[in-house]
Amino acid sequence: MVRALLLALAIVFAIQALRTNRLLPSTLWLAGLSAMVSILFYQLGARQVAVIELSVGAGLVTVLFVFAISVAGDEALSARPLIPTLVAIGLPVAAIVLLGVLALSLSPAASPAAEPGFTVALWGQRGLDLIVQIVLIFAGVLGLVGLLSEGKAPLDRSMAEEVIAQRDRDLRAIQQRVENSQKERTLS
Amino acid sequence: MTFTPLTIGWLGVLGLVGVALYGLLAVRNLIKLIIALQILVKAAMLALILGGEASHQVDLSQSLAATVIVADTVVAVIGLALAVQIKRYLGSLDIRDLSNLRG
Repeated sequence: MVRALLLALAIVFAIQALRTNRLLPSTLWLAGLSAMVSILFYQLGARQVAVIELSVGAGLVTVLFVFAISVAGDEALSARPLIPTLVAIGLPVAAIVLLGVLALSLSPAASPAAEPGFTVALWGQRGLDLIVQIVLIFAGVLGLVGLLSEGKAPLDRSMAEEVIAQRDRDLRAIQQRVENSQKERTLS
Repeated sequence: MTFTPLTIGWLGVLGLVGVALYGLLAVRNLIKLIIALQILVKAAMLALILGGEASHQVDLSQSLAATVIVADTVVAVIGLALAVQIKRYLGSLDIRDLSNLRG
């Protein structure tokens, strides 16, 4: 019963996240969905992943979305889809019918298998996954830095000449200001 | 069909997958597309944990779900950075405007 309620809430949050016109409320609905999913994980016995999902899914990802929306702007687009509505609804329905036939025919395993424990499963059996995760995090950080770096126009001269020219411009501006103040003093 | 807790879980996963697929097909805003992708990945993670519960191997499914969370976050980060750059260069987040790219 609790599981059905949580899943119904999760689906409502997902629909609202896509239905809302503005992006910021949409992000907050997504954070709510993450919270519901993490409660479901906890209820299913996956406690470590529930905590990670709550902190990363509902926390970090939401902050990232809010940051991106604050930079890109919260522009409301019309809700008219690119493809015909019949196709946009028909294809997902066909996909979930096929998936449902596969998933609902599964029956739970009769005898409980011996579980090695989360630490052994993660560090012992899935060591390759951890290496992939490290590579992914590095690739993500490098990609983010590369994508968000501001493009600058190439320099016409060498760096030293640019610095000298800038210093000369600053000196001329200071001299101009000193001359102006002297003129004002002589006039007064 | 009897509604066991496992069946209810699968129905919830199917509902989330359906909503996310509709979003991927119908939504025009780039950031909303990433939100639809996030919903799809959450449904996949839920399916992983449900599969783990059904086969009495929750710890193994947890370690797989942790990998999915990391990959999903990296995808979101890169996708959002791309969306910000597209907004800077094109002035819009509408995916129709992407077809005007030259080169």
